[in-house]
Amino acid sequence: MNLAVKDIRHNLGRFALTSFGIGMLLMMVMGMVGIYRGMIEDATLLIDNLGADIWVVQNNTRGPFAEVSRVPRNLLDRVAVIPGITSAREFIYHMIQREREGNPLRMGVVGLSWPLDKGEWLPLIAGRSLSQAHYEMVADQTLGIGLGEKLRLGKETFSVVGITKGMISSGGDGLAFFTVDDAQLIQFDTPGEAVRLERASRLERGAKADIGLSQPPLLERALGPSSSIPALGPPMVSAVIATLHPSFEPSAVLSVLSGWKDVSVYTAEAQRQLMLKGMVEMARKQIGLFTALLTFISAIIMALILYTLTLEKVHEIALLKLIGAPNRVILSMILQQALFLAMAGYGIAYLAGQKVFPNFPRRVILLDSDLFTLALIVLGISIASSILGIYKAVRVNPNEALAG
Amino acid sequence: MIDREIAVETKGLTKIYGKGNTEVIAMRNVDLIVRRGEVVALLGPSGSGKSTLLTAVGLINPPTSGKVMINGALVLDGPDAFLNLTTFRRNHIGFVFQKSNLIPFLSASENVRVALELNGMTGTGAKKRTMELLEYLGISDRADNLPAMLSGGQQQRVAVARALANRPSLILADEPTAALDSVRGRQVMELFRKVAHEQNGAVIVVTHDHRALDVFDLIYEMEDGTIRRKEDERNDAHRPNDDRAQAHRKDDQGDGFKDGGNEEGAKG
Repeated sequence: MNLAVKDIRHNLGRFALTSFGIGMLLMMVMGMVGIYRGMIEDATLLIDNLGADIWVVQNNTRGPFAEVSRVPRNLLDRVAVIPGITSAREFIYHMIQREREGNPLRMGVVGLSWPLDKGEWLPLIAGRSLSQAHYEMVADQTLGIGLGEKLRLGKETFSVVGITKGMISSGGDGLAFFTVDDAQLIQFDTPGEAVRLERASRLERGAKADIGLSQPPLLERALGPSSSIPALGPPMVSAVIATLHPSFEPSAVLSVLSGWKDVSVYTAEAQRQLMLKGMVEMARKQIGLFTALLTFISAIIMALILYTLTLEKVHEIALLKLIGAPNRVILSMILQQALFLAMAGYGIAYLAGQKVFPNFPRRVILLDSDLFTLALIVLGISIASSILGIYKAVRVNPNEALAG
Repeated sequence: MIDREIAVETKGLTKIYGKGNTEVIAMRNVDLIVRRGEVVALLGPSGSGKSTLLTAVGLINPPTSGKVMINGALVLDGPDAFLNLTTFRRNHIGFVFQKSNLIPFLSASENVRVALELNGMTGTGAKKRTMELLEYLGISDRADNLPAMLSGGQQQRVAVARALANRPSLILADEPTAALDSVRGRQVMELFRKVAHEQNGAVIVVTHDHRALDVFDLIYEMEDGTIRRKEDERNDAHRPNDDRAQAHRKDDQGDGFKDGGNEEGAKG
């Protein structure tokens, strides 16, 4: 006869309620671990998915995810011709916040190197990748923009042709994918009045310069668009990313690029580590410590619950001892109840988490390895927590049964 | 030579609680012999030492000094135990109390079976023995009921069944009729008598219930930690009339009760 099961069945309502409470507590621990994993996943998502081996960024910067990085577009051609590089792409990344239907809309704008990169690698759940050089975008579902919707950004209107799932910035905002040119249009959108003022200013500066006085046709050009003035280069990109030929030593290619004084070069892994140790490090530590604290609190609460449950059974324990139950029978009953409680709590935490976590604003990723580790921790907690109850139970004197 | 008929014997049993100014002598030099088949009443006011004697004999509250022998074996000499008390208690002693003496989360049959399982009897053997006991005590129809669904008398019957489960040589009952009306109380007392005589066990009952004293073979009274025989105050019309009791009465001046352990023994 299993006394632990009999007691639980007799007090099923209380056991269920206690399990539910512990389950909610464990769900919080699970959620914190999941948010921690989600944060790492979000931070390294683009770096992992873009498939680049090398990141060439502005000199002395840590790349577009860590800070502002600007490199000229012609860097692409310089990188592409280095032996060992199989392909090079322009890359743009910046955050914007606009308003949509009266609500703020924050998104990470990613510029893909058209036509080399049309976003075929994106995890689409609806629609397609980019198929034309302008006015199309692929948006993550977290942005709440539907397929086929039109979105006005700056002076242009973009059609949503595809919806992705799980493409999130390190800050937790959804990503939207454009061609590099369109991403620049959004990034460098300048109001008409500002353009006119800049052109007038250009004309004034030219009129005061010797070259303007000696060559009047140049002054006329000052009133035209920037792209028609050779002295003004095209807008810059955030980085140039490249893939290496498998037969080439990455170190050989890196040594060439490292010799260039105008850029900094990172491998994908270095870029990944920069993200983890830089931007998300503090948040990781914060969540890690909070998770540890929550686990510790869970252990204390479980210990108190088990101790209270043991206190409630002191008379029954004394009675069992009186009729000859050895300590191992009592110990086994308390330990089994602790394990049942932990298992039920863990199960409730897992099932409730499956329903609740997808509704969290940030991604919660539950890895099997984390769930297994947490299960072991919960097992350890339940055993450790029951020690207090077992200590009390072992000290119960059979005499106490006579107290009635 | 060991007298096999003696179920329990105490010699010079003394229990002192506290030390110095707070010292309380709960039991003084108590000598007692109870034979198999006897039902013995232990009377006395609160604080007289009845429960202390019962728990000392029940091996759950060792005496400060004195010996407890059960079935001829020395089990306790002062606080020193010569055997595994838990195991010995399980095999040789059954307990019945005034109330709340059943495990609330076990049914009537499970309350009996748990005692058997603790003693290593499981499966169909345990079930059969459980049902035998419940039938013997006339409560087999309530076997599946939880204690909360049983009346006080029914609960006591289950408690008696549990106490009998492992065929103990000694049954200790502490105020078993306190929570029962007079009719039920008498039924329980008669049950003890039936058990003692049919199962050849010794029964010691701590009671305040003077209405059923005629059921007992022997009556002792405790006062200030000492014990003395109180046979003369019984109603002779209701005295047990079986051979064993008769034989005991003949023995009264002999070893049935050792006078050295009564008032004279209370010197210390």
